[in-house]
Amino acid sequence: MAEAALALEDVAITFGALKAVDGVSLTLMPGEIHALIGPNGAGKSTLMGLISGSLRPDRGRITFGGRDVTALPVAARARLGLGRSFQVSSLIPEFSARRNVMLALQSRAGHPFHFFRPVRHDRALTTSAEACLAEVGLALRAHVRAAELSHGERRRLEIAMALALAPSAFLLDEPMAGLGAEGTADLVEVLDRLRARAPILLVEHDMDAVFALADRVSVLASGRLIATGTVAEIRQDAAVRTAYLGEAAS
Amino acid sequence: MPRIGREQGLNLGLALALLAAPLVALALAEPFYITLATRIAILALAAVGLNLALGLGGMVSFGHAAYFGIGGYVAGIMAHHAFMGTPGPLGIPGTGQMLPIWAMAMVISGVVAAVIGALSLRTSGIFFIMITLAFAQMLYYFALSWPAYGGEDGLPIFRRNAFPGLNTMRPILFFAVVYVALMLAIGVFAMLRESRFGAALMAARQNPTRLAALGTAPFGVMLVGFAISGAITGLAGALMADLTRFVSPAMMAWTLSGELIVIILLGGTGRLFGPVAGAALLVGFEVVFGGMTEHWQLLLGIVLLLVVLFARGGLIGTLAGREGHG
Repeated sequence: MAEAALALEDVAITFGALKAVDGVSLTLMPGEIHALIGPNGAGKSTLMGLISGSLRPDRGRITFGGRDVTALPVAARARLGLGRSFQVSSLIPEFSARRNVMLALQSRAGHPFHFFRPVRHDRALTTSAEACLAEVGLALRAHVRAAELSHGERRRLEIAMALALAPSAFLLDEPMAGLGAEGTADLVEVLDRLRARAPILLVEHDMDAVFALADRVSVLASGRLIATGTVAEIRQDAAVRTAYLGEAAS
Repeated sequence: MPRIGREQGLNLGLALALLAAPLVALALAEPFYITLATRIAILALAAVGLNLALGLGGMVSFGHAAYFGIGGYVAGIMAHHAFMGTPGPLGIPGTGQMLPIWAMAMVISGVVAAVIGALSLRTSGIFFIMITLAFAQMLYYFALSWPAYGGEDGLPIFRRNAFPGLNTMRPILFFAVVYVALMLAIGVFAMLRESRFGAALMAARQNPTRLAALGTAPFGVMLVGFAISGAITGLAGALMADLTRFVSPAMMAWTLSGELIVIILLGGTGRLFGPVAGAALLVGFEVVFGGMTEHWQLLLGIVLLLVVLFARGGLIGTLAGREGHG
């Protein structure tokens, strides 16, 4: 069996009396889209924080590319190849779409202490930035300030920035949030192509998107994983139906 | 994009106006105005330093007078020992030469800024403002109670420090030295802003969480920016000491930190020539209205209020529009 790109072993964190994440183990295998679903308050965002490094677990171990990253801060994990998008678009508002991507590219290229050469004429950054934007369909919006992009375009720019990091795993936090049916369909296509680059851990509320994309689905409820399996298995799972799908249908 | 062109034209106009003013004063034999233009250029230089931290990095330092004062004291102390023929602190010989003094002023204020920054950058927002103020006040009271160099009476510089090949005692030549230093500093600011470092620094201001998620820890970027900022303001302090030929704890007073922030707000936060515009406005205001009423600062306060409420981009932003970040 291939080595997992990302693995969580018995990870837990409590906030006061609340067991926000309570002993979660999961793996992200090369080439797969692994969706993480669960009702509001299940602990999905907390789990994303633990994986990306903005939160430290009370217990358990997180390995990334076979390396223990449990104690590493956010930036170090990103440098190791963890590319994330945020639930609420997190961009550099005054930068154009292109400069946002260029920032991702320069971070990947190394430390920021280059004081002399202007980035504007840095072909290594500008050319790759255009390519990343084209991949998510934003080529024509490259010069628009991020603050002036539409909601859907910002969601795409997030993906383009994650792409620019050439990560060895994507961590996408509700990339479809707030998109209409059409926008969601477009993005599903983009993500489907993305899986060829690196495996994706996808937190998503949109069930159609999840069922269209995911190779495996894990269901989180009250901080615990109640099921992990293929789309077909999850659809059949009785516990899941009560905890989540039933609720969503009602 | 036409907006960029307009800002560049405005910058050129400001640079030429600041150069022309003392030349006209020289022709009219009005040395007071040469001194005034020199003061504007020095304050602008100090504000270029702060603009790097505040404008690009979003670090609202309310303690940049500390670095200004350190630069001033380096110039004063070195000149003092050169004049007296005594060895300076740590056995470093005194000097009456501007170039080594500048180097020392920039290194020492840069290092102090790095230390203060390393401690202050663990906080943000109002706490950052207050902690930078607190450090500056500590240095202010230290200078006040340091009898070796005049304490609260200050320390005179008997002979203005020398620059190779120039008679710096001539006001117009000293202005030329200051002007070139200012333009070089603005050039450095422009270079940094366009560089990878500048991109990271501006990103750290706007969205540090995002910057970290891309793999660049904001702390180091901001700390380096803060140290460079302190070094540039320190250079301005050394020049101010040579202009007034006097250093005193007043150079480190919190009011000066406030004035530097006011200059940046008036001129345009983060704008290349914002410090020049702001310093000219502040000093001009002081000269014009200070001559009429001793309450000129009340008027300044009203103007500042109007700028903050209705013209966020300061003078440059109002005249040249928003900045392009293609």
